Amino acid sequence: MTTSAAPTPSSSASHVVRPRLPIWVINLTITLLIVALFPLDRLLERFMDEYYLRVVILIGLNIILATSLNLINGITGQFSLGHAGFMAVGAYVTGAALHHYNPAGVAGQAMLLAMLVLGGIVAAIAGLAIGIPTLRLRGDYLAIATLGFGEIIYTLINATDQIGPFEIGGASGLHGIPIVTNFFWTFAWVVVCVVCVWRLAYSTKGLAFRAVREDEIAAAAMGVDTTFFKVAAFVIGAFFAGVAGGLLATYDGNLAPESFRFTRSIEIVVMVVLGGSGSITGSILAAVVLTFAPEVLRTFADWRMVIYSLALIGTMLLRPAGLLGSREIWWAKRRQGPAKAMA
Amino acid sequence: MQDLVHQIIIGLSIGATYALIALGYTMVYGVLRLINFAHGEVYMAGAVVGWYLAHAVVRFHLPPWLGLVIVFGGAMIACAILGFLIEFLAYRPLRNSPRLVVLITAIGVSLLLQNLAQINGVFGPTPRSFPNLLEVRTVFTFHVGHTAEPVPITNLDILSLALSVLLMVVMTWIVLKTKVGLALRAVSHRVDTAALMGVNTDRTISWTFMFGSALAAVAGVLDAIRYDVRPLMGLMPGLKAFIAAVLGGIGSIPGALVGALLLGLVETLTKYYLPPGYTEYADGIAFVVLILILLFKPSGLLGRATREKV
Repeated sequence: MTTSAAPTPSSSASHVVRPRLPIWVINLTITLLIVALFPLDRLLERFMDEYYLRVVILIGLNIILATSLNLINGITGQFSLGHAGFMAVGAYVTGAALHHYNPAGVAGQAMLLAMLVLGGIVAAIAGLAIGIPTLRLRGDYLAIATLGFGEIIYTLINATDQIGPFEIGGASGLHGIPIVTNFFWTFAWVVVCVVCVWRLAYSTKGLAFRAVREDEIAAAAMGVDTTFFKVAAFVIGAFFAGVAGGLLATYDGNLAPESFRFTRSIEIVVMVVLGGSGSITGSILAAVVLTFAPEVLRTFADWRMVIYSLALIGTMLLRPAGLLGSREIWWAKRRQGPAKAMA
Repeated sequence: MQDLVHQIIIGLSIGATYALIALGYTMVYGVLRLINFAHGEVYMAGAVVGWYLAHAVVRFHLPPWLGLVIVFGGAMIACAILGFLIEFLAYRPLRNSPRLVVLITAIGVSLLLQNLAQINGVFGPTPRSFPNLLEVRTVFTFHVGHTAEPVPITNLDILSLALSVLLMVVMTWIVLKTKVGLALRAVSHRVDTAALMGVNTDRTISWTFMFGSALAAVAGVLDAIRYDVRPLMGLMPGLKAFIAAVLGGIGSIPGALVGALLLGLVETLTKYYLPPGYTEYADGIAFVVLILILLFKPSGLLGRATREKV
């Protein structure tokens, strides 16, 4: 008997929802959605309280992080505790590049986009470098190995002041990064990330990701290249974590190596697990709730993190599969019925 | 040369503290197959309890030897109770859940203890130094070869090595010679068979948590005397002790000792041999060791390899 790596073993065949719309309609809708963010950004900037706008943007960043980690942890079932490491790679690539050179106007925006993508790509390479050797491990051993990699990345950043002409800042952090990220950039990436992960998860290829989660040996026996899909999950997840890191760097203007330690990874894992591993809408919901909750709990001052951790333990004791299980939010409960009976 | 010997003594002294924590990890992993993320926080709780007790001892002007007994004993008892409560309240209801659910719960417990300690009424977020219970001084020195400078040995080095060795001997005796130890070994071999043989598995698991937590408390007090007490002090030693357990072969008690002493040595010597300006990189060496051991010998130095059945 092998123990399944996923906390929610469930039959996946009934979960595949094929898009009924033609592909160009979907693409057009996504494009329009991103374009619509632009005037919304202007509106929010003008009328929204700065504090709330910050919370909204942090929610956006956490959605990217949680959704991308969900691809690794929830959908492919490879428990990773190193997401903050990938995030740090992206944050420092984007941050250091823009700290070094930041043109004004449209060129600056183009530069931001290019550097975000570059940060994502470097993080994806890190994901490749971490994914390939750790593939032999599973379950909690994999978790610990990825945690170790994350801490190694932190140590490297913490101890390095300068790479070539680029300032990294070492233990005192990198300050004075131009603040160019706004609501538009954040949520454009949220849309891209969620759409990418969604299309991957609920495509024919996506069945392979979930087959790896359910039973690696059975999947391999059915002809699924398990190595490829595990590495693919790591690479894609790391890419979006890197982008989120880059967005954070250019939104805050400061980077501290301390903020990319494994406590940050755990925060993201908690979002995925609380929302329900494998449920993309669950991750989004959890990212919103868990970013908002500490702000709401501010009235409790010292006790807010205590309440937060009690809520986490309580959820695990009472609803171990997370808020949504591996369903999406609009799937009726009965869809789970026959699957449960089979499992 | 005398520097090297000194570094080795420091390394062994640090390794001994890791060993005390690593034993808890490895025993819990043995019986529950769970990485008890909250174990580092039990170590922190030991330091906090020790801090309060030491203050009381200083206030009542008790003799130092009695003070040390009270501080170490009190911290051990308090942490044993804490370990029991953690297992009883958080892990026992999840006995039949998937392992990752229990792992997340362990992370939750760890967060809870960290944040509880950070509350001002409980301990507060600022680091505090340990009351002057044991005056750290050089007790004796010795020469290595024909060098001018002697190697200093402090009373804290002696205390921490002696206590660690003593507790490990006691622990080994418990595991190998007592009924509880027999039950512990049976449960860690196979839970359901042990239960069929009449072992009260729940009670055995509780004992395991209590033993492990008491050992972590001693490590906590030792490190509190050596450095200071802070709510987040459990993070790093917790992780490193876990690495030590993996290095020695998780689930194996002698493995935890060997792994911990080795890791303490590797860390200290790396720090010592790295050129100045690069010593900060030494903090990551434990994780490099972890990755290497996981890649090349996942069962650890003394662990038994498990073959996966399909």
